[in-house]
Amino acid sequence: MMARFRSLPQLVSTLLLGLLLCLATPLAARAMDIQKVVSPGGIEAWLVEDHSNPVLAVEFAFRGGSATDPEGKEGLAGLTAALLDEGAGELDSTAFQEALDNRSIRMSFNTSRDRFSGSLMTLTRNRDEAFDYLRMALTEPRFDDSAVQRLKSQYQVMQARRLQDPQSLAWNGLYRLLFPDHPYGRPSEGTPESIGAVEVADMRAFLENQLARERLYIAATGDITPKELGELLDETFGSLPEEGTATEVPDTTPHSAGGVAVVEREQPQSVVAFGQPGMARDDPDFFAAYIVNYILGGGSFASRLNEEIRQERGLVYSVSTGLNTMDHAAVLTGGLATQNARVAESLAVLRAEWQRLAEEGPTEEELANAKSYVTGAFARQLNSSDSIASVLLSIQMDNLGIDYIDRRTEEIDAVSMEDVRRVASALLQPEALSFVVVGQPEGVESDLVLPPRE
Amino acid sequence: MRNLLAPLVFFVTLALAPVVQAQVFEPESFTLDNGLQVVVVPNDRAPILTHMVWYRVGSADEPVGQSGIAHFLEHLMFKGTDKVEPGEFSRLVAREGGQDNAYTSYDFTAYFQTIASDRLDMVMELEADRMTGLLLEESEVNPERDVVLEERRSRVDNEPSSQLSEMVSAALYLHHPYGRPIIGWEDEIRQLDADIALDFYETWYAPNNAILIVAGDTTVEEVRRLAETHYGDIPERAVPERQRVEEPRQWASRRVELADTQVGQPSVSISYLAPSYNTALGDSSDATPYALQVLDELMGGRTGRLYQELVVNQEIAAGASAGYRANSLDLSEFSISVTPRKGDDLAKAEAALRAEITGLLEDGVSEQEVEQARQRLMDSVAYAQDSVSGPAHFIGRALTTGQDLKDIEAWPDRIGEVTAEEVEAAAELVFDPNRSVTGVLKSEPTS
Repeated sequence: MMARFRSLPQLVSTLLLGLLLCLATPLAARAMDIQKVVSPGGIEAWLVEDHSNPVLAVEFAFRGGSATDPEGKEGLAGLTAALLDEGAGELDSTAFQEALDNRSIRMSFNTSRDRFSGSLMTLTRNRDEAFDYLRMALTEPRFDDSAVQRLKSQYQVMQARRLQDPQSLAWNGLYRLLFPDHPYGRPSEGTPESIGAVEVADMRAFLENQLARERLYIAATGDITPKELGELLDETFGSLPEEGTATEVPDTTPHSAGGVAVVEREQPQSVVAFGQPGMARDDPDFFAAYIVNYILGGGSFASRLNEEIRQERGLVYSVSTGLNTMDHAAVLTGGLATQNARVAESLAVLRAEWQRLAEEGPTEEELANAKSYVTGAFARQLNSSDSIASVLLSIQMDNLGIDYIDRRTEEIDAVSMEDVRRVASALLQPEALSFVVVGQPEGVESDLVLPPRE
Repeated sequence: MRNLLAPLVFFVTLALAPVVQAQVFEPESFTLDNGLQVVVVPNDRAPILTHMVWYRVGSADEPVGQSGIAHFLEHLMFKGTDKVEPGEFSRLVAREGGQDNAYTSYDFTAYFQTIASDRLDMVMELEADRMTGLLLEESEVNPERDVVLEERRSRVDNEPSSQLSEMVSAALYLHHPYGRPIIGWEDEIRQLDADIALDFYETWYAPNNAILIVAGDTTVEEVRRLAETHYGDIPERAVPERQRVEEPRQWASRRVELADTQVGQPSVSISYLAPSYNTALGDSSDATPYALQVLDELMGGRTGRLYQELVVNQEIAAGASAGYRANSLDLSEFSISVTPRKGDDLAKAEAALRAEITGLLEDGVSEQEVEQARQRLMDSVAYAQDSVSGPAHFIGRALTTGQDLKDIEAWPDRIGEVTAEEVEAAAELVFDPNRSVTGVLKSEPTS
């Protein structure tokens, strides 16, 4: 299947994050009644009850992710997450997986730089067992040697692939440039050496420190009542400690001196990742920045970069930008790919558009269209139980409040042309843009050296 | 599809949930006087809907020498009509918070918008307008051809595994156009222009060759009223029969190998020709595609035979999987693949993969694993119906590849009837080396 547009893989998460942070309409609020459930044992979750289908989705996360990995053991958080469903309690890896599979229970664990998260989806008839298996995975993981070795080998194969994947090379390179002295610059998936160095004791210590209730956020959507959910929350998460001693990650500011680093690689098309400092989620100007990004490159087909670089000149199949708001830093990043001969032209157009929006701001029509898009797009995220639960989880973790959806449209409407001009002018800094170009670009000067991979 | 990473994810999701039971989704269907078939899947969980138009034409219908025209036309469909400026379609949809896109496959071309449910009128007006009024200016067509060439560079030229997939397909089909890449061969893409695109458009894009699907927060009455208003006046036109050549008897197994310093993850796959719902192979029956889905389920996946044996028990592989899709107008494929653990021997992994096939053919499958696979497949119905837009994508694919709504409705029952003997017979039929291509992706050390 060929699609007309595809976001670059690394961008998808950034853009989704942006959407999740920013989506709501009054329409959706009416359709979605969010309840705050507090279990008898004091565990809180947000719930959207929906009994139309015998399915329940649960999304949860603990604050703190791969950025807490100790130096030399990068990949610890990710490997730990991958091993939680590889055997727990009395069940070895195969028995555990079969127990889930034969009940059509979908369970997974994941990490990002700032999060250790999990998803559970189950049919109503297997709900109690699903939560019990989740409890086992969180509190009684086995870390059997054969499973550990198998997962390590899978990680190492994945890394070998990433080292040959131009997209991964570009995006890993960009974060190394933007965060040379901070955990955000390190490869969250680790290296073959650092994965090799991770021991079971490290993983057990990670869980003990990280999986604390004070850092836990939970959202559920589907076929369950608040009372039923409350009881299952206690049974599942109740035995976790209230507090842990997770490593603190310092706040930081991304590199802003700008420049271009070329990673020479024999391929017909150069892959480019670029970025500069962004806007924190709790900044009062966040929505203005979100609108600026939408007009610049966030709106896929409708954005200025897409119009100028793709539609007008046919330089790329896809170009887009996104605001990535992490817990300790914020960046505005983007990506494109073009034949080697036209990289210089593409970067020139990109910088010019950056400059033009910073200097002139958007037109009245662009601003109106952007506000209309940003307010209207929220409801699209409510496509399924798990996507609704993900939205609820993001709102909680960003401290936006349970009434966020009701307030959101108003806050967006309140953004004025003056706000957007001011924010565009302060935010968009062409000279602060760092580029990583993977390929054999013609006429592009490399004036930055990538910090080595750790 | 086979060679594309991002859309692959999308299709894998559908393939894992091949699940659309009409009595569950309660789709309603009617046909306008001009032959446009309309399907409605009401679902009011959120105030959104997905509006799709599917054309019964894809890359396998392209004239020889014009590979890529179906996909190029799909791109050009956003370049305007006498009522809508180039690019305006997407701008209008975005302004309402909607998302629009399109995709092309061998057998179909699909256009969709997901948007607030009170904007159905607007997206229908836009979509109906471009069913007849496409205008193509050179100044729009030329840059878009460059866009497609960049798309090809991203997907194929920069990606050794996609290059291998292209060769595997070309080798698997000796004669049938499924052997050509959907995006087209590069030299032929370069030759495509507005006239060729308009010719293809005027040949195939007609209401009587299209299916309109609306899934989400709407009613059949509303869809009927709006469809009459916007699509009802488009005249029916004669559309040619889809002329597909048949794949001849294949006499020998084939092997294609690609070695490149830029391969980070070596792998071996074996692709076998297989029957689809719509097209038999050898002495396959109507039940065979269902049996093959059960076979796929019990071989692939985390608890399937391949992963359990090659990855968990023998510890020689990092990954192993199977894949089969029953929805295809002509033949389909059943494929299996293995990725060795780092440093492990590719040949050893391939031998172990083949041994699994041999073992399965010799010893058969157990009643228990068939029972569990059937149950998982039937359970996937509930997950599939949990999505608002998913059913629209699934139904469109089924209806453009020879199925009807009753077939979709009967899916869980048909899966539930599959026996171990049928699975064994299907395996016997499909795992024929003479109808297979082995694709080997090797990492070549840098000198």
